Amino acid sequence: MSVHTLTVDGVEVAVPEGASLLDAVRAAGVELPTLCHLDGLSPVGACRLCLVEMESSGHLQPACATAAGEGMAVLTQTPQLQHYRRMAVELFFAEGNHVCAFCVANGNCELQDVAVAVGMDHSRFPYQYPNRRVDASHPQFAIDHHRCILCTRCVRVCDEIEGAHVWDVANRGSECSIIAGLDQPWGEVQACTSCGKCVDVCPTGAIFRKDDTTGEKEANRERAGLLRSAREHHQWQNQ
Amino acid sequence: MTRTITIDPVTRIEGHAKITLHLDEAGRLADARFHVVEYRGFETFCEGRPFTEMAGITARICGICPVSHLLAAAKTGDKLLAVQPPPAARKLRRLLNLAQLCQSHALSFFHLSSPDFLLGWESDPARRNVFGLMAADPDLARAGIRLRQFGQQVLELLGGRKIHSAWAVPGGVRTPLSAEAREWILERLPEAKATVATALQLYKQLLDGPLQREQSTFGDFPSLFMGLVGPGGRWECIDGLIRFIDSDGRIVADDLSEDDYASYLGEAVESWSYLKFPYYKPLGYPEGIYRVGPLARLNVCESIGSPWADAELAEFRQRSGTAESGGRIVTSSFAFHHARLVEIVACLEGIEQLVVDDSLMTDRIRARADLNANEAVGVSEAPRGTLFHHYCVDDDGLITRVNLIIATGQNNLAMNRTVAQIAREFITEPVADGAEIPEPLLNRVEAGIRCFDPCLSCSTHAAGQMPLHIELVDAGGRTLAERVRD
Repeated sequence: MSVHTLTVDGVEVAVPEGASLLDAVRAAGVELPTLCHLDGLSPVGACRLCLVEMESSGHLQPACATAAGEGMAVLTQTPQLQHYRRMAVELFFAEGNHVCAFCVANGNCELQDVAVAVGMDHSRFPYQYPNRRVDASHPQFAIDHHRCILCTRCVRVCDEIEGAHVWDVANRGSECSIIAGLDQPWGEVQACTSCGKCVDVCPTGAIFRKDDTTGEKEANRERAGLLRSAREHHQWQNQ
Repeated sequence: MTRTITIDPVTRIEGHAKITLHLDEAGRLADARFHVVEYRGFETFCEGRPFTEMAGITARICGICPVSHLLAAAKTGDKLLAVQPPPAARKLRRLLNLAQLCQSHALSFFHLSSPDFLLGWESDPARRNVFGLMAADPDLARAGIRLRQFGQQVLELLGGRKIHSAWAVPGGVRTPLSAEAREWILERLPEAKATVATALQLYKQLLDGPLQREQSTFGDFPSLFMGLVGPGGRWECIDGLIRFIDSDGRIVADDLSEDDYASYLGEAVESWSYLKFPYYKPLGYPEGIYRVGPLARLNVCESIGSPWADAELAEFRQRSGTAESGGRIVTSSFAFHHARLVEIVACLEGIEQLVVDDSLMTDRIRARADLNANEAVGVSEAPRGTLFHHYCVDDDGLITRVNLIIATGQNNLAMNRTVAQIAREFITEPVADGAEIPEPLLNRVEAGIRCFDPCLSCSTHAAGQMPLHIELVDAGGRTLAERVRD
């Protein structure tokens, strides 16, 4: 297996061919905030939190969706990157209706965690207060679009791991939203196997179990990666 | 020309309000009104939310009594699931509510109201507060603060946090009582009891002396009283059924279910206040005036069920009960203060009984079920009185309609009548145009409101603090005098 050698913030690291820049950054011991990325799911580069700067060109690239290459040199903590990361998180909060006080994911929410990580104490952008809906038509689960950040983890886990492809992304711009089936109530989508993987991977309180109350959501965000490794490499967690 | 005196904002209560005193052509008091000037609209923005969130949302109405909303919401949730919480969960909820009543009453008595009677109505308003009390009687102030802390700490030991815990859920509660919590509570109970014993002794001395006039003029009028009672008419704070009793001690209605509240409670609206005016429907508006809260709970019950509290209840009735009712009913709104102290005794004895119950340490504390009803009403006794939550949900469990009937709102008619009675008692001479209203008078009018310990944040489900604004208005609607205090 060939190896690529590159530098991350001046530190030399070696990663196997096919690894992403995010893998290289992590190999260098640098923690980058991520929301759309999840080990075990294909990368989409949607949240822009893992942007890094290519030292040679000054271009910004999403580390999760960029392949690591021989001789690359990337910077992860420039003032510009920190500024953009915080701005991206503020936009997530301004774009939806995120009320931590009574959210099922309060205390177990990746959006909360990255807000802390990037030092966000308020949003400089006006809150949009979009008029969204809650779909609680599924007997066990519900999706609250107010809390959705369009990371598409649910879309990918359902398609790539469960193979049911219940979820898709519809519309554009501020109207963009996750839909079930052909924009049907979730409970009417026959493809859904009620496996709960979308609940497990959702980074916020957008998809949850219906009897969860404030702060009760327990997500198992490692499950996608564990299932993929079990399926592809026949390596199970308990072996 | 008639005139109006405005007290705006009213201080040492929770929320925003003002009082207007209306003078007639001759400058004599014609009427007085208590206006609640804040609005929040919780009932609207709950629509579309899953009912499982209602405990979390409605608890945010108030930082003083979030537990009351939490419990009413959880009980409404029980009914939407059509489950009975396990016995341990019901006892744990009761324990939570007893701690809540204790801490809120301690706040009302020591922090908010006692400066008036311990420091004096005429004392400097800048020092007539809990800080002035600390300077004048540091031991009592410290004990009062620690009594509230006791209640708050029990809330935290059970629910994980003092304010806005989400521990009570549809179907039960989240965690049992821990051994550490039991140990802490038992260790601190004697001190809490000693504090309330001191406060009772002090308060009774004041009742025998300087507070006699207040007792007879601060909202002393006949009305109905409403509250929950348990089996045998026992004092109740969370379960039980609703009873109405009149000033003669006659039970007007008994064993009423909260489910039928709309059949016996009406809500009137006045253009000058955001706070609605609930009334007992069979008597109409405003004749159906009723009071809720500590005074009402002591009036509706036959006994409390623990020795010291029952002895205090007997003395409360013997001291303040009306002759017309044979000493059974206390009609003075000033007696709310005394009733709060008696209820603290009831809570401490109740906590003492419950906390040694080993069944509170079981893990069988939550019933789970799917949605099994589309409409439900839950009730709890909040520190300020009976609290109703009424939810309608669609087949997916999303809220389509919410109605919250809050304790303070139910005392609205009584608070207005109290303000008018105090103003009549203390404004006996015609007020000349441009005349200054003496501060001690304004303070007494405010204190009339404070008897009810109103929580306007809850009652309008609204935001804000509670400073004082009194306005003096003439017959033509012109503001003659105004006093504003932050």
